[in-house]
Amino acid sequence: MNARTEPALLSQLSNRHLDALEEETIFILREVAAAFERPALLFSGGKDSLVMLRCAEKAFGAGRLPYPLLMIDTGHNFAEVTEFRDFRAKELGAELIVRSVEDSMARGTVRLAHPGESRNVHQSVTLLEAIEEFRFDALIGGARRDEEKARAKERIFSHRDSFGQWQPKAQRPELWTLFNTRLAPGEHFRVFPISNWTELDVWQYIDREKIALPSIYYTHKREVVERKGLLVPVTELTPPKDGEEVVTRDVRFRTVGDITCTCPVESTAATAGDIVIETLAAEVSERGATRMDDKTSEASMEKRKKDGYF
Amino acid sequence: MSTATLNAPTEQAQATDASVTQPHQANDAALRFITCGSVDDGKSTLIGRLLVDTRAVLQDQFAGITKSGETDLALLTDGLSAEREQGITIDVAYRYFSTEQRKFIIGDAPGHEQYTRNMVTAASSADAALVLVDATKLDWKNPQLELLPQTRRHSLLVNLLRVPSLIFAVNKLDAVEDPALAFAHIRNQLAAFAQAAGITVRATVPVSALKGINVVDATPGWAGYEGPSLLQLLHTLPATPADRELPLAFPVQWVEKFSSSADTTQGRRVFWGRVAAGAASVGQQVTLLPSNQTATIAQVLDHVREPGDVEAGNSAGIVLDREVDVSRGDWIVASVENTQPVADDDFDDAPASQPAWKGQRELQATVAWMDDEPLVPGRVYLAQHGHRWIKAKVRRVVHRLNINTLAEEDAEKLEANAIGHIELLLQEAAPVAPFTEARVLGSMILVDTASHKTAGAVLIRS
Repeated sequence: MNARTEPALLSQLSNRHLDALEEETIFILREVAAAFERPALLFSGGKDSLVMLRCAEKAFGAGRLPYPLLMIDTGHNFAEVTEFRDFRAKELGAELIVRSVEDSMARGTVRLAHPGESRNVHQSVTLLEAIEEFRFDALIGGARRDEEKARAKERIFSHRDSFGQWQPKAQRPELWTLFNTRLAPGEHFRVFPISNWTELDVWQYIDREKIALPSIYYTHKREVVERKGLLVPVTELTPPKDGEEVVTRDVRFRTVGDITCTCPVESTAATAGDIVIETLAAEVSERGATRMDDKTSEASMEKRKKDGYF
Repeated sequence: MSTATLNAPTEQAQATDASVTQPHQANDAALRFITCGSVDDGKSTLIGRLLVDTRAVLQDQFAGITKSGETDLALLTDGLSAEREQGITIDVAYRYFSTEQRKFIIGDAPGHEQYTRNMVTAASSADAALVLVDATKLDWKNPQLELLPQTRRHSLLVNLLRVPSLIFAVNKLDAVEDPALAFAHIRNQLAAFAQAAGITVRATVPVSALKGINVVDATPGWAGYEGPSLLQLLHTLPATPADRELPLAFPVQWVEKFSSSADTTQGRRVFWGRVAAGAASVGQQVTLLPSNQTATIAQVLDHVREPGDVEAGNSAGIVLDREVDVSRGDWIVASVENTQPVADDDFDDAPASQPAWKGQRELQATVAWMDDEPLVPGRVYLAQHGHRWIKAKVRRVVHRLNINTLAEEDAEKLEANAIGHIELLLQEAAPVAPFTEARVLGSMILVDTASHKTAGAVLIRS
């Protein structure tokens, strides 16, 4: 019935709908530049933020990005991604601001329950500290509504109170493209220009636009252990547990985040085109296949967003 | 409103490769549709059914909606914990699926009257609306059967917002004793209501979201119906038309200044925005509003090209031939030749042309009120029109629409979820037009000055 079951149709897969998505994204990126005094674009070096950055290049022209890039660093990043992030920011001539969870820990504003704990959730604290430090009034993020059920509910211009909280029951109506960007002191907006893109759209766009990505998005050999249906990468931060067998597999990352909670999937896809095909055939969602921290509870993302998470 | 001939595409543009001059073919974009109707009419289940039967649901997501062997399709979309606790939909969930023919974006709108604002949010960007009707909630054996208030309210809102296609999906017909009779009676009543309210209905389709009857595959003869399935209908629906046949209207979103000496046009400014109506082309005479200065378009920029002309729906940059005072919120509109005879004594002051869209301070409008604080005459709100913020005073509430009887009733104020007719006075003139003629010029939002909440959706009548 659909392309998922008919690989032969792939050659005819249209990517013309990407023009409409790109147009919407550019319109939103410009609206932020025009409507806010101190916006910033969250930039991790991951695929979604690289897609946003390409749209920003089209919106503003190369080298003329009207807002800085902001990275909240957990200290648990894949080196390939951090290096790529720095390379891309420099290439663009963009200002890159990095604020780290380690600094929040040193200040005492973040306390870990145990040393090996995922720092993903603690990014919210560091992010809110950065918002206060720079008095940002709008933060652009690369979240997509197809990622997760709580995100599927979020507005494109998402209002946050002075505690950085999302209030899902009291979201502002969002009519046509009249984005109400009015703020009271201390409040800010999270803005999601690629809300309506799906994982497949992102890969089709990366393929069409020939966007360079960190190497770990493509197939490579990696030592992993199999744990609860996931392939857990073996790193200094995530050593094998007693009795677990370390195996080498051909893998790629579908999503890239904190090392302690991001898993690769088995794959031999070496190009964006290969990944488009794999995504069409995928039987498990991006987060389901790769994220350890979302599995704890049905509402874990919603809870984190209420606490100020992106 | 006359159609400006000077906006017609040039021969040259027509001869060029269509992929360059018209990058945004309507049928290449996803179809955005909403599901609405009353609570428990099965909206979330219908979406779950569409997603599951088109194989858009992946294994881990499917596992998340299956508890002790029972699958609850509605859980696919009700993503907030408060929604799962209460078993209702509070806010719009956006979902994505595609078939061989088309990509779809669904806005799953809440049915509760209390969350009408979220339904209006979803409807404002939709190409089509499915209004679900629960056959088991209606007294279908009664020839005078009464529709539910939310069926009426949502149909009226969909119509007001000019969503191009409205489809009634009569659901749960598997659960009534005589599906054919029930469907026939309900369809007749829906048709009578639509006719009385002036609503155009594209189709009325029987479905069972729970059992998957007539949703993806057609089930000929079921409930006495021989037409296409719901999904087959969705494949044929048009996207929202852009207002291309009108004179140019371009709201200035962002002004970019170039000061680089390497730039040959030093001091040049680009006005970025999205064409709201008509088309913009090089050489075109334009008027800047509200200043009423005139200029000529020197350059039209797309984000990757310099196409020479762009039309409604496209984002573009416009460069003018002279230095004029233009800022965010202003409008660049087509100039038309002044055909009015000019009195002799005024001759020296007479402009050679006038704007195709004139500014207006007083207007009549339909408003869908969404805030818990009622709309009250005399109160000043902030209106957003295009990219401009203007103070707006509600002069009076002309009437409130009774959803059930469609009667226009006297009202002093408009409470949350009411639809009414108001008179507004703007602090500054804005180029407005009836919403039925021009979507962007004819729409605005009202924002509460104290809470900054988006309180009203305004559809200009005149």
